[in-house]
Amino acid sequence: MALTHDARAARPRRTPVTWVRRGGLSTLVFAMPLLVVFGLFSWLPIGRAVVMSLQETNLVTTAWVGLDNFRTVLADPLLATAVGNTLWFAALALLLGYPVPLLAAVLMSEVRRAKGLYSALAYLPVVVPPVVAVLLWKFFFDARPEGVFNTMLGWVGVGPVPWLQDAGWAMPSLVLEATWAGAGGTIIIYLAALTSVPGELYDAAEVDGASVWRKVWHVTMPQLRGVLLITFILQIIGTAQVFLEPYLFTDGGPANATITVLLLVYRYAFGQSLGGDYGAATALSLMLAAVLAVLSVVYFRLTRSWSQA
Amino acid sequence: MTTSTTPAGPAHATPATAALPVPGATAVAGDPGARRRGRPGLRRTRPDEADRGALSPADWRRPVVRRSMRLSHGVLLALLVLCGLGPLVLLAKFAVTPTQDILRTPLAVFPNGVAWDNLSAAWNDVQVSRYFLNTVVLAAGAWASQILVATTGGYLLSVLRPRYAKVVQAAVLATLFVPAVVLLVPLYLVILDPPLLGRSLMNSYWAVWLPAGASAFNVLLVQRFFDSLPREVFEAARVDGAGPFRLFRSIVLPMSRPILGVVSVFAVIASWKDFLWPLLVLRDPDIQPLSVRLPSLQATTDLGVLMAALAISTLIPVLLFLVFQRLFLRGAGLGGAVKG
Repeated sequence: MALTHDARAARPRRTPVTWVRRGGLSTLVFAMPLLVVFGLFSWLPIGRAVVMSLQETNLVTTAWVGLDNFRTVLADPLLATAVGNTLWFAALALLLGYPVPLLAAVLMSEVRRAKGLYSALAYLPVVVPPVVAVLLWKFFFDARPEGVFNTMLGWVGVGPVPWLQDAGWAMPSLVLEATWAGAGGTIIIYLAALTSVPGELYDAAEVDGASVWRKVWHVTMPQLRGVLLITFILQIIGTAQVFLEPYLFTDGGPANATITVLLLVYRYAFGQSLGGDYGAATALSLMLAAVLAVLSVVYFRLTRSWSQA
Repeated sequence: MTTSTTPAGPAHATPATAALPVPGATAVAGDPGARRRGRPGLRRTRPDEADRGALSPADWRRPVVRRSMRLSHGVLLALLVLCGLGPLVLLAKFAVTPTQDILRTPLAVFPNGVAWDNLSAAWNDVQVSRYFLNTVVLAAGAWASQILVATTGGYLLSVLRPRYAKVVQAAVLATLFVPAVVLLVPLYLVILDPPLLGRSLMNSYWAVWLPAGASAFNVLLVQRFFDSLPREVFEAARVDGAGPFRLFRSIVLPMSRPILGVVSVFAVIASWKDFLWPLLVLRDPDIQPLSVRLPSLQATTDLGVLMAALAISTLIPVLLFLVFQRLFLRGAGLGGAVKG
């Protein structure tokens, strides 16, 4: 703002005095909270992340190591496992968490009485603190035949499932809980989108003699296209950073079957045995961020173009 | 979603504006029409054509359609009760069930009586009361910091508009694209050794409160809302001699209750849910919130007492939800969506 000697020659010259008299100082008072908080706790750490990924540090001495951190991370045999697990988690979460809320929302939008009850019930799991949800489900997943889920399966004659204790079952179990915890939010997003489908479109379809199914398929679904893409991207961004479930349910086990990228970042930086390798941790998180940033940009462009339409 | 009173305004809400998060959502706040209809005086539900779904009244009169819809709605409601309410009912039951019964017959209804003392044991012996208080203090501070930054920042970018506003706004917006994972380690190091301050913020609530304020989403949401406020009112106030502080306190803030409500509810809930960050910066067990303490209690505590502790931790968010249901459901997706 100091460089103002451009096309504004007609105006009186800006000096610190005129700046103060025009309220520059009180404006700055309003700017302070944002500038200080974002400066210290957002802009500075983002900048430091880039720098740190190129450094080796033990908090006392710091040395530039170029791309060594990235090489270390890429050479870590655990990385492939973590990436694979994260993709597996994302795939399962999409398989389970994508169609179910959509179906529920389409049905719910046709409810004529006590609609609020439906959405309140659907949203309830979302407000349960995630740590509570995980600890509760951890007990539900009790592998003994007396476990909550195994008791229920017993009623229909299905044998006890090992849930979290088996490398093959662990990840689907995590996804089951994560879907339970997250589906409500998605349902509410779809519901809002559904109420905004213009009624005239349905009227027009009826004039053309469309059946109920054809109305849902040819009117509702195309109108939801945008929101479907948005929730898809949001879900990918969310699942790529999954931490709480693998950390609290299984701590990456059994046999590294649930170690995710973010859990690996955590272990590099704060883990018991690896710990303290801040360079490797930031290098890995930057690589993950680069992938997610592309998705975020797509997401932002989409929501922006729709909100301006 | 900008207000708790706006009837869903399908007439002119596009999918993105109706519910959606991040930049898109703010469009609703920036939509003067939506806001005007949100004024309490005009609150009304409109049972007109805008509310219709895929099924027409004619469809509803057909017995096949009616019966199959009734059936599927019934099944849906049953499933929602089972999945939405079921786990919480079980949690409430476990909270007052003797440990041996929880372990042996988790689904039986109190075969050996009720153990009310689980609750008192959790509250007193395991010191849930202390962690509960810590959680409340953390949430209150995070709320204050978010409201302060979001309102002053929004005011700066929307109303005061100094020359550097564009740069600041771009810098705030840019942080939306940076996933939380990038901040984890460098932010931890900033807390360990903050510039200018000279002392570590580890084991201090400021380590949780201050970073909570750096929410680009809040700032942009509030800014868009301020953008939609009528400029004539500001001009009139200025003509009457109101300075920037007076304008902020007496005009802008009172007109912004709806959006401040949304930000507040999400601030409190997000703080209550937070786990990883307080785990990293609050190492002293005595000052940790419930979310951080519960996993460590799990190893050392009797199952019945642990369940009571879990139930107590769930109570406040669920009550908040039941009281501010409209606010939640209008703005739903906001909280989770921004996490990325």
